[in-house]
Amino acid sequence: MSLSAVVEGAIVRLVRVNAGCGLRSRLTAMGLVPGAELQVVRNGGRGPFIVAVKGTRLMLGRGMAEHIVVR
Amino acid sequence: MAAAAHRRTADEDTVVISGNRITIALAGNPNSGKTTLFNNLTGARQHVGNYPGVTVERKAGVCRYLGYEIRVIDLPGTYSLTAYSVEERVARDFLIEHRPDVVVNILDASNIERNLYLTTQLIELGLPLVLVLNMSDTAKARGIEFDLERLSRLLGAPIVETVGHKERGTESLLEAVVAVATTPPDTPRPAVTVGYGREINREVTDIERLLSGDEALVSHYGGRWLAVKLLEDDQEVVERVRSGAAHWEAVRDAVAKARRHIERDYGDTAEIVIADRRYGFISGACQESVRSSVELRHTRSDRVDAVATHGLFGLAIFVALMYGVFYLTFTVGQPLMDVLEWLFGCLGDAVAGLWPADSDSPLKSLLIDGVIGGVGGVLVFLPNIILLFAAIAFLEDSGYMARAAFIMDRLMHKIGLHGKSFIPMLIGFGCTVPAVMATRILDSRRDRLVTMLVLPLVSCGARLPIYALLIPAFFSPHLRAPMLLAMYVIGIALAVVGVKLLRTFVFKGDSAPLVMELPPYRMPTLKGVVIHTWERASAYLRKASTIILAFSVLMWALATYPRKTHLDRDYEAEIARAAGERNAALADLNAELGLPPESALLVADDLDASAAPHHAVRLVHLRQAIQAARQRFDEAVADEQLRADSSRYHAVQTHHLGELHRLQQTAPELYPLALRLLDKIQGPHERHVAQLEAARSAELLAASSVGRLGRLIEPLLKPLGFDWKIGTALIGAVAGKELFVAQMGIVYAVGDSESAGDALRAQLRNDYSPLVGFCIMLFCLVSMPCVATFAVTARESGRIRWAVFQAAGLTATAYVVTLAAYQLGTLLGLGT
Repeated sequence: MSLSAVVEGAIVRLVRVNAGCGLRSRLTAMGLVPGAELQVVRNGGRGPFIVAVKGTRLMLGRGMAEHIVVR
Repeated sequence: MAAAAHRRTADEDTVVISGNRITIALAGNPNSGKTTLFNNLTGARQHVGNYPGVTVERKAGVCRYLGYEIRVIDLPGTYSLTAYSVEERVARDFLIEHRPDVVVNILDASNIERNLYLTTQLIELGLPLVLVLNMSDTAKARGIEFDLERLSRLLGAPIVETVGHKERGTESLLEAVVAVATTPPDTPRPAVTVGYGREINREVTDIERLLSGDEALVSHYGGRWLAVKLLEDDQEVVERVRSGAAHWEAVRDAVAKARRHIERDYGDTAEIVIADRRYGFISGACQESVRSSVELRHTRSDRVDAVATHGLFGLAIFVALMYGVFYLTFTVGQPLMDVLEWLFGCLGDAVAGLWPADSDSPLKSLLIDGVIGGVGGVLVFLPNIILLFAAIAFLEDSGYMARAAFIMDRLMHKIGLHGKSFIPMLIGFGCTVPAVMATRILDSRRDRLVTMLVLPLVSCGARLPIYALLIPAFFSPHLRAPMLLAMYVIGIALAVVGVKLLRTFVFKGDSAPLVMELPPYRMPTLKGVVIHTWERASAYLRKASTIILAFSVLMWALATYPRKTHLDRDYEAEIARAAGERNAALADLNAELGLPPESALLVADDLDASAAPHHAVRLVHLRQAIQAARQRFDEAVADEQLRADSSRYHAVQTHHLGELHRLQQTAPELYPLALRLLDKIQGPHERHVAQLEAARSAELLAASSVGRLGRLIEPLLKPLGFDWKIGTALIGAVAGKELFVAQMGIVYAVGDSESAGDALRAQLRNDYSPLVGFCIMLFCLVSMPCVATFAVTARESGRIRWAVFQAAGLTATAYVVTLAAYQLGTLLGLGT
């Protein structure tokens, strides 16, 4: 499923990112690699997201969260 | 020295270790504490510039240790070293092209795995590396333990522990840097390679072998690094190898084949698999040397965030903090600004004192109106800029700025801007100049440029005097507040449209997708805030002032030349005649007081009390006291903006009359004489002279280049309902929006003093319809920004053409919008 559908507090594993090379490489460098464990810290239903990954908090735009496949 | 010269290039950045000089580069993730460490190392000995061609800040500093002069380059904070972002490219190019003697890689200890991703790429670059485990105290408090010796062995580089914000560990870092830098280059270093697994390693080795013939490429970049980058399909490296390799076709085919193999075997593209392997390498190293005893998911930062990023409370906190920033910048800054304005006034007076009072010297005018007026007009913003940047530095260093972006992102995203763009927009209501500077908080160049370009549409404080002049002149009291609000709303609406247009036509493609780290909250250090504030404030001073000086002098020259020598009226003679009339009127009063008939003692500004008869001195003092009381009353009414029918006005007036009454009591016999002196002799004369001088200024301005330009563009302005007088004032207002009012005052020959406002309003009402009044405001709101904004936009965008584009675009927009408003209004019959 897409990350944007994950409820606050849930812990998921990243499967893949559907995006171009540039963005994907950037996300990779920030720790969003396949297999990484993510916790959704904030998902207000609209607007951006906060996820916890590898000890940091990342803010992601909603559009981007829709392109991140997790399980 | 042990370290011999081992660098070939002689670029300014590559300091050869000849003797005691070492160049180090600081690399690390954003929020790893890199800047704090840089400040600790270099203190105030910093130089901030830009990397050529890009707006990435380039910071360098010097520090001395054990007789070594260590040049420190602070690379932009990056998560990786790909060619995808400007910052990463800048950092990478610096490392490759300038090959610093030591790369110091700063790691946030509490977030080590993610931070080591950059380290793996630094290891591959093959430069001498020192790792810094920063904020190790926080990490230890969170229950993370490090086996530094083992980690250092696994990563092949010495590790130093530091606590940046407490200035701990700086010395051991310097020690390690010197030790690494002075190791002779031929000493075998522990060879650590990031392993990618057997298959990928084989592909890497194959490509490396193909490249080995190209001596120049390999010796410069390192064969393995090139091979890995080619496999990752790094466009910049591909380009370099294509133009440098002897057997490019063979290399290209081999790389393509290898990428196909990897994709087939692993089900993902080579760059993802390689990135994955890097994390695998890190994870392996960490498993052996980092132990996290307690898993603390809910740290203090998270608890703060529970409130700070909350939909409702978060917004409230944000609004409160923004109000604080605005208040600090403009309300607290105002008195300081007044002091600076006063100082420049004094300087102007002092310089004016070098010439006789009635001197017409062009040099005097150039120095006072052009140089001091122009540069002073810029420098007065300095307190606001310093306060604003101190506030922003505090919010940035504390980690709040990222939360502010989160809070505002939903709203700003709809407009097409980044969440952080809200801050410059808000500042823009005060003054566009610091607002343009505030766009520095935006990371993406596109976002910065878009925000910068539409900022002048946010109605700044300098437009307020224009509205304050025109709105009461044309609109009845109940329409005034809505009109003022309308100007602000129109500005914002146009800014939103502007962003849409820029995003559609100029900065095509998606806006930078929003991915941002929310760093843990930290207490900002005073040192950090001071250094950041000074950096930006001095950049403003240095660059903006040069352009602004040039423009100020140009504007001065245009408003002064050509100077009409044969004026239509003989103002000197008229002024002399006016003085004669006053003296005649004064003669009677002089006679009553027993003074010589031609004496000007009663109207003199300063009085030689010893040489004058006692009752004459008393009369002059009484006159001055009445004048002072009247002035206080006028100021009180103006300051509090009292309306004549308000009770507060009534109270002030009663107080004023009481004051006058007491003055009358002190000298009942002189009081009528003082009133006669003030209201019948001195007052009318002064008004007469002011009128004459205003008429002369108007005639001179009309004959100057600005006046001629105003007339020249009159046909162009006619469709907007403007005549040459408005045109002239608009041109003069290029030097600063608030100057429009002063320019109108000069053109209309009512003088440019504040009290001239009512006279000017009466004239305007006489000459123009409310529709024209509205159109003037509209044009002033939208048209080309002031010189200071132009200068600062040119500097901050890195290209003067963006500033030109902005000025031209806004002026064209202003023309079209005003044209539409005027024509439509006329059609609807609003023009009368």
